[in-house]
Amino acid sequence: MALLEIENLSVSFDTSTGPFKALDGASYRVEAGEVLAIVGESGSGKSVAMLAVMGLLPPTATVTADAMRFEGRDLMALGARERRAIIGKEIAMIFQEPVASLNPCFTVGFQIEEVLTTHLALRGRARRKRAIELFEAVGIPEPAQRLKSFPHQMSGGQCQRVMIAIAIACEPKLLIADEPTTALDVTIQKQILSLLMRLQAERGMGLILITHDMGVVAETADRVIVQYNGKKMEEADVLTLFERPSNAYTRALLSALPENATGVRLPTVADYREEVAP
Amino acid sequence: MSVPALEVRGVTRDYHVGGGLFGRSRVVHALKGIDLTLERGKTLAIVGESGCGKSTLARIIAMIDPPTSGTLAIDGMPIDITAGRVTAEQRRKVQMVFQNPYGSLNPRQKVGNIITEPLVLNTTKSAAECRQLAMDMLVKVGLSAVHYNRYPHMFSGGQRQRIAIARALILNPQLLVLDEPVSALDLSVQAQILNLLRDLQDEFGLTYVFVSHDLSVVRYIADEVMVMYYGEVVEHRSRDAIFAGPEHSYTKTLFAATPRADVDSIRARLAAKAAG
Repeated sequence: MALLEIENLSVSFDTSTGPFKALDGASYRVEAGEVLAIVGESGSGKSVAMLAVMGLLPPTATVTADAMRFEGRDLMALGARERRAIIGKEIAMIFQEPVASLNPCFTVGFQIEEVLTTHLALRGRARRKRAIELFEAVGIPEPAQRLKSFPHQMSGGQCQRVMIAIAIACEPKLLIADEPTTALDVTIQKQILSLLMRLQAERGMGLILITHDMGVVAETADRVIVQYNGKKMEEADVLTLFERPSNAYTRALLSALPENATGVRLPTVADYREEVAP
Repeated sequence: MSVPALEVRGVTRDYHVGGGLFGRSRVVHALKGIDLTLERGKTLAIVGESGCGKSTLARIIAMIDPPTSGTLAIDGMPIDITAGRVTAEQRRKVQMVFQNPYGSLNPRQKVGNIITEPLVLNTTKSAAECRQLAMDMLVKVGLSAVHYNRYPHMFSGGQRQRIAIARALILNPQLLVLDEPVSALDLSVQAQILNLLRDLQDEFGLTYVFVSHDLSVVRYIADEVMVMYYGEVVEHRSRDAIFAGPEHSYTKTLFAATPRADVDSIRARLAAKAAG
């Protein structure tokens, strides 16, 4: 049984000019302990798919799927309360802008303890102890003092570590990371990616990594899904994808990497447009 | 020997931080004596992590901020913006493109007005001439004349960056300061903008100062690379020399941190994981 199984997921948004289809019949499958990367440029529907799983889309979105199962449980059949018991506890998510996704009015300690209270019913000293353990696990120095800091007093990389600590607080079985390093420097990106990979291996979590950076994919993924315009273009294990990409769009993405530039000009996706557009 | 397009000698920049009602102020040395010379038509990439002073240096070169000490010469002419003696002609020679194309264009201005504004302020050209020049520039940066009357929100990130480049080029500058111009863009759009910058450099003989933290982009576009660390230049050599063998420990860290997307390193990683 797969950890997360989604069949034929479509998401459309109501706009003033009629419905806009952001995602068109995509299927996803993640096994326990597997790292799946979803790659695509803006507007490819890569974030929308995972927001649909988390139930975080606005009311203007219409979500349809043949099946959406987490450990065999049908997510669509669950009531709001039952679903909330899974979301944030067994499936956790971290976002692109770490500074923006933390509440600026509360200390990071308050925000991590809030999760521990809600999902694990921890109180008092046990809760404080667990929060310190989590900060240690994600490599925040002086965790006891750091709990009293506000998000604006920490750097972007430190805030992302706090977000990861909050996400793994309930030992989730699946972690969804939506562009976790896009806003960070390359040296910090390396640290955060190694942290995620270490936690994933130690805890045997399933990890879905949403990114547009082929370099990040090459460094982390077991399996890769390439999306374009709300459709799945290709799905392959990471080595096959980089060695023998079967889809024209994937080839375009790989050749647009500046390090793969052979001539004076970089090939762009437009050069492959006839092949890519159906 | 020809006059260098840009000459920076011993530039420092201090910021005074804090000093509220009870706090004591302290001085942050953002730049600690920068020297560089850049020949015309070349591209210099400035690389470093956030807070290393690369954007501060870019703002000084673009004459937005004054240096605390040191001298700046553009095209052989010394520039001193603190004394208010910079002529419009000197300012025209250096233009800047910013990182975030969503924040650097006025949402209430039409694209045409955004591009013609520098002309209206700096030249005595008639409205019709300005309009014609702006439309030609739109075509040169890969947009078309029909975009003249649209607003920035109607464009994608890559198109907005083209508009920002058009605005920077309309006064026919010699030096373009690009502060992370592609880091907010998708991979395929990034490739288009890099191609455009390269074409424009050939066409107008532009000199680029290119601030970035993405080494793969730097390798593609730069002639010289300058690595900064905590306000100091730790390495400044030609692109080929620096990519062949980084010398300073920070440069090595930076190289090691850049994700590798070749098949061999993926294979090595998977093997290491299987051995676990």
